Amino acid sequence: MAERGGVFAMLTATRGRGRFDWTDWATYLYLAFGVFLMFGPVLWLGVSSLKSRAGLDIYPPRFLPYERAQVHIPGVDRTLPLYRVTAGPLAGRELAQVRRIGLMAQMVDPAHGGTVIHVPFRDSRPVLRLHAAWSNYSALLTKLDFPLYLWNTVFITVVATVITLLFNSMAAFALSKYRFSGRGAVFLLILATLMIPPTIVLVPNYLIASQLGLTNSLWGVIWPGVATPTGVFLLRQYMLTLPDELIEAARMDNASEWRIYWRVVLPLSAPALAVLAIFSVMWRWNEFLWPMVVLNRSSKFTLQLALNSFQGELATQWNYLLAMTVLTLLPITVIFLFLQRYITQGIASAGVK
Amino acid sequence: MSGAAARNRERGPFGRLAWGAYAAAMDLPERPMRWAQARLRDGRLGWLFVGPNLIVFGLFTFLPILIDVVFALTGGTALLPSQRPFVGTQNLAQLLACKNYLHPSSCYDDQFWYGVWNTAWFVLFQVGLMIVFSLATALVLNRKIIGRGFFRAVFFYPVLLSPVVVALIWKWMLQRFGVLNAALQGVGAHPVDWLLNAHWAFGWTVFVSIWAHMGFYTLILLAGLQAIPRDIYEAAAMDATPPGRVFWRLTLPLLMPNLLVVLVLALIRAVQIFDEVFVLTGGGPGSATTYLVEFIYNTGFAQQVRQYGLASAASLLLAAVLLVLTLTQLGLTRWSAKRG
Amino acid sequence: MIRPNLAVLGLAVPGLAVLGLAALTFAATFAPAVAAHAAELRVMCYSDGNECAVYADLAKGFEKQHPDVQVRIDTVPYAQITTSLPVQLAAGHGPDIARVTDFGATGKYLLDLRPLLPDAAYWTREFGPVLDWMRQGPKDTGIYGLPTQLTITGPFVDKTLFEQANVPLPGPKATWDDWAAAVAKVAKATQTPFGMAWDRSGHRFAGPAISYGARYFAADGTPAVVDPGFEAMASRFVKWNQDGTVEKDIWAATGTGYRDAFASFANGQIVLYLSGSWQLTRMDKQVGNSFDWVAVPNPCGPAACTGMPGGAALVGLKGTKHPKSVAAFLDYLAQQPVYQAMMERTSNIPASASLQKASLHYGLSAAGNAALQVFLQSVQSLSPIAYHLQGYKYNQVIFNTTANRLAQAIAGQITLPQAYARIASDLRQQLAAAKQ
Repeated sequence: MAERGGVFAMLTATRGRGRFDWTDWATYLYLAFGVFLMFGPVLWLGVSSLKSRAGLDIYPPRFLPYERAQVHIPGVDRTLPLYRVTAGPLAGRELAQVRRIGLMAQMVDPAHGGTVIHVPFRDSRPVLRLHAAWSNYSALLTKLDFPLYLWNTVFITVVATVITLLFNSMAAFALSKYRFSGRGAVFLLILATLMIPPTIVLVPNYLIASQLGLTNSLWGVIWPGVATPTGVFLLRQYMLTLPDELIEAARMDNASEWRIYWRVVLPLSAPALAVLAIFSVMWRWNEFLWPMVVLNRSSKFTLQLALNSFQGELATQWNYLLAMTVLTLLPITVIFLFLQRYITQGIASAGVK
Repeated sequence: MSGAAARNRERGPFGRLAWGAYAAAMDLPERPMRWAQARLRDGRLGWLFVGPNLIVFGLFTFLPILIDVVFALTGGTALLPSQRPFVGTQNLAQLLACKNYLHPSSCYDDQFWYGVWNTAWFVLFQVGLMIVFSLATALVLNRKIIGRGFFRAVFFYPVLLSPVVVALIWKWMLQRFGVLNAALQGVGAHPVDWLLNAHWAFGWTVFVSIWAHMGFYTLILLAGLQAIPRDIYEAAAMDATPPGRVFWRLTLPLLMPNLLVVLVLALIRAVQIFDEVFVLTGGGPGSATTYLVEFIYNTGFAQQVRQYGLASAASLLLAAVLLVLTLTQLGLTRWSAKRG
Repeated sequence: MIRPNLAVLGLAVPGLAVLGLAALTFAATFAPAVAAHAAELRVMCYSDGNECAVYADLAKGFEKQHPDVQVRIDTVPYAQITTSLPVQLAAGHGPDIARVTDFGATGKYLLDLRPLLPDAAYWTREFGPVLDWMRQGPKDTGIYGLPTQLTITGPFVDKTLFEQANVPLPGPKATWDDWAAAVAKVAKATQTPFGMAWDRSGHRFAGPAISYGARYFAADGTPAVVDPGFEAMASRFVKWNQDGTVEKDIWAATGTGYRDAFASFANGQIVLYLSGSWQLTRMDKQVGNSFDWVAVPNPCGPAACTGMPGGAALVGLKGTKHPKSVAAFLDYLAQQPVYQAMMERTSNIPASASLQKASLHYGLSAAGNAALQVFLQSVQSLSPIAYHLQGYKYNQVIFNTTANRLAQAIAGQITLPQAYARIASDLRQQLAAAKQ
C-alpha cells in the first residue's frame, strides 16, 4: 500500500501520513498555478489601475506602476519628459525633451537649461520612475459621476434584497406551514418559473415595465427580479425542518398568523435568509442585461452600465476605466473577505448561484 | 415571549438597534393581517402570504411568455401588441428556412443559425472542459492540504465578479499591447490578435466563462466529495484496491448525483451565455462569437428596424431547449434520489 | 453546515436593510418634489466633443427667459441613442427632445414644430435642405428639429509620420488606391502598425464607394446597394483589411454596431483616419500638438471625390407634455446669436445658410482651423448621390448591413459574393418588416 499511497491519496483524500511525495508536489503545483490564474488577472487589474495614462503606454508593460519621469526647466511653462541618451557623444546623460520633430529630438540639459541640443530620437530612452497615479481614482469622483452610479447600485441592491427576503419568505412560510387548496399548484408554478430565465422574456418585460411606468426608474430594475423561485424553494426547504410545535405554541399564546411569521418563523430561518440575502446582493450588484434595457438615462445608470458605456467611450482613457473597474469589484471583494465561509458553505448546501 | 428581555441583552447594542428597526417595520402589516385572518377561512390565509410573490411572477414571468407568443405570431416594428399585424408562423418559418442546417450561410436568417451553431459549440466545449476542471480542482481541494480555505476562496472568487468586470479584466490583458502579448514577445514569439481571429476569440470566450464560473461548480462537487463516507475508502484500502479502480468504481459513482446536477446547471447557464461575451467581443470577429441571446438582443434592440417578432420567436425556441434541460434535471434528481 | 451564530447575521441583515429602506424611500419620495418645476424638458443628448455641456450652458440663458421651464440634459453614450431611444419612443416613454442622427428610426415620433414656431419662415430659410432629411416624404412640410451641425466625412492624416518616412502627401486628385499605397509605405517605414482605419460605419464607407461609382439607388429610386461601383470599393476595403493596410480590429472585432477608430489615430497607431468634421474638437483636445495632424480632401475614384454629408439634430418628440416649451427652447437655440455661439463653442459647421457665409470664430488651434477649412471646401465636391442617400429614410438599414456584412467578409467568415447577396437580402427583409 505504501508505494501506491500517493495516487491512492490523490483520488481518495487519505494521504499516507508524514510523507511528502510527488502527488503532494503535483497538488501544490496545481494550486499555485490556480492562484496565479485565478487571482493574477485581478491583481494585474489592480496594479494597472494605479498607472497614469503615460504609464499605461509603456510597452512591454512593467508590473509596478512606472511612468515617465518629468522635470521642470526654469523658463518652460510645462514639465518636460526626461530621456537617457544611449548613444553618441552624450551617451549616459539625462536630458529633457522639448519636442520631437520627425526622427530628431530637441533636448535641453536640466542641469544647465537654456541651450537646445539635437539628439537622434532613437538614441534616447525615456527615464522611468515609480509613481502610483491615485489621481485615476480621485478623477472618478469629480469627473465621472461615480458617486451617483454607486448610489443607484446600492439603492437597487439594498431595496431589492429586502423585498426579495420579505416576499420569498412569506411565500415559503405559506407553502411550508399551511395546508390550503391550490398549494401544490402554486408550488409547481413557482418551480416552473425556474425554466423561464429573464433572457427570453426581455422584450415583453420591457413592454410591461414601460406600461407600468417603470422605465428609467430604479424600481424598474428592482421589481421584475424580486420573486425568485430559488429563494422560495430554499426558504421553504429550510422552514419545513422547523418543528410545527413552535407555531402551535405561539397560536396558544393567541399570536396572529402574521406575528407567528415574523416573530417565530423568520428569526428561526435566519441562516437560510442570510444565504438568500448574500445571493440577492450578488445578483443585484452584478446585474447587467435587464438594467441595460430598462435604464437609458445616464443619471440612472448602475455601476455595471456605466462601466460598459465607458469602455466604449473612454477607449483612449483606460486609466479611468481600470480604476472604475476596481471600485466596482471592491465592495463584493470586501463582502467576500468577511463572509467567505458563509458564502461558500451556503452555496455548497443550496446548490444555486 | 418571556425570554425576549434575555435575548435582547444577548444581542448587544448593534443587534438591539437592528431588532428594533426590524420589529417596527414588521409590525406595520399587523392590523390588516389580523383583520384578514379574522375574515378568511383558515386555508385562504395562505394565498395572502404567497400573493405578492405570485403577482410579481405573473407580471414579469408568465404574462411575458404569453406576450412572447403574441409577438412571435405578429410582425411589424410596433411594440404594442394591438398595433402589430398578425403574420402567423411567418417569423418562425423565417428563422427555420434553411437549405442546409449545417451551413448557416445557406439559411434565410444566417445570423440566427450562426447563433445556434456557435452556441452549440460553446456549450460543448465550455461545459465539457468546465466539468473536467472543476472535478480536478475539487479532488485537489479535497486532499489534506495546508490552507484549504484559502485555496477554495481563491478558486471561488471570480464567481462573485460581475460579467462586465470579468470581461474588462480579460479585455485589458488580451489587447494587442496587453500583458499576454508582451509575455509572448518576451519569450520570442509573435504577438497575436487574440480577439480578431475567429478561433482564438471563440476559445477566449470559452476560457473566460470557465474562469468566471468554475469555482461555483467546484464547490458543489467538493461538497459532494466531502459527503462520501470515509469508511468506504478505508475498506477499499484494506482490500488494496488499485487507486484508479477506487476512483472509477467508488468516487465517481458516489459523486454521480452531484455531477449530474452540475452538468445540467452548467448546460442551462451556458445556453444563455451573453453578458461576458457581449462586453468582451461584441459577438465578433464577424459573427464568430455571436451566441443565441446576443442574436435576440441584436434583433430586438440593436437594429434600426426592430423585429420583435423574430426576437420573440427565437426566444421561444430557446425556451423550448431550456424546458427540455430543466425537465431532464428534475428527472435526474428524482432518479438519483430513488437510487440513493 | 451553517453555524448557528449566523442567526445574528440573519437578523441584522434584514433589520438594517429595513431601516435603510425606510430612509431610502423617504429620500426618494421627497427629493424630487423639492426640485419640481412647472415644465421639465428632458433632453437625451450625446456628445462628439463637448456638445451636451455647451447645450446645458446655453439652456441657462433660456431658463432665465422662461423661469417656469427647466431643461435637463441627459448625456448618454451614442449607442444609447441608436439602440434604446427607438424602443423608448415605441413604448411611449421617450424624452421631450433628443439629439439624433437617424431620422428614419425616429421619424414617426417626431413633433411638428411648424405650428408652434413664431417665425417658421426663418427656419425654412436658414435650415431648408437639412429640415428635409427629417421629413417623411415629398409632401411633408413639417419642421421636426434643429440641425445642430452639418457634418462631412473625410480623412485625417498624421503628417509627422509622412515626414519621417519621407513620403510626399498624395495630391488633391489622388485616388483611394494612391492613398492606400502611400499610407502602407509610410506605416512600413515608420514601424506604425497600420496604414489607416475607417470608423466602423456604413455611412463612412459610402463616401469612398460613391467615389468608385456606387449609386445606391436603382433608376426607379428604390434602394439597390450592390452594384459594380460598390463592389469595386468593397473588394478593395476587404483586401486592405486582410493585407494589413487597414486596422482590421475596428471593423472585424465586434459583430455589430458602430465603433470609431479615434483612439488608434490619437495614439499614433495609424497614418490615415477616415472619420469626419465632428471629430475636430476631440482632435484638438486629445491629439493637440503631439503630432502634426491635417484633414485632407476626400480622395477620388473614377466617379467622384466625395465624402458623405450628415448631421445631427435636436428633435422634438411627440410624446412630450410640453410641446410649446419644446418649440420655444429649440427656437431659442435657432436664433442667430445663440446658434452662432453654439457652433463656435462646439466647433461645428453650421447648418444655417447665413452662418455658412459668415466667418465664425472657433476656439480651435491653427491646425484645427486649417482642418475645418478643408472640410468646408469638401462640401463643394459632395456627390448628389451622397445627398440623396443621406436623406433616405431607411439609410441606417443600408449602413448597418454594409458594415456588418463587410465585417464578416473581413473576418473571413463569408466570401465577398456572399456578403453582397446578404446585403441585398437584409435590405429586402428589413424594409419589408418595416413596412408591415
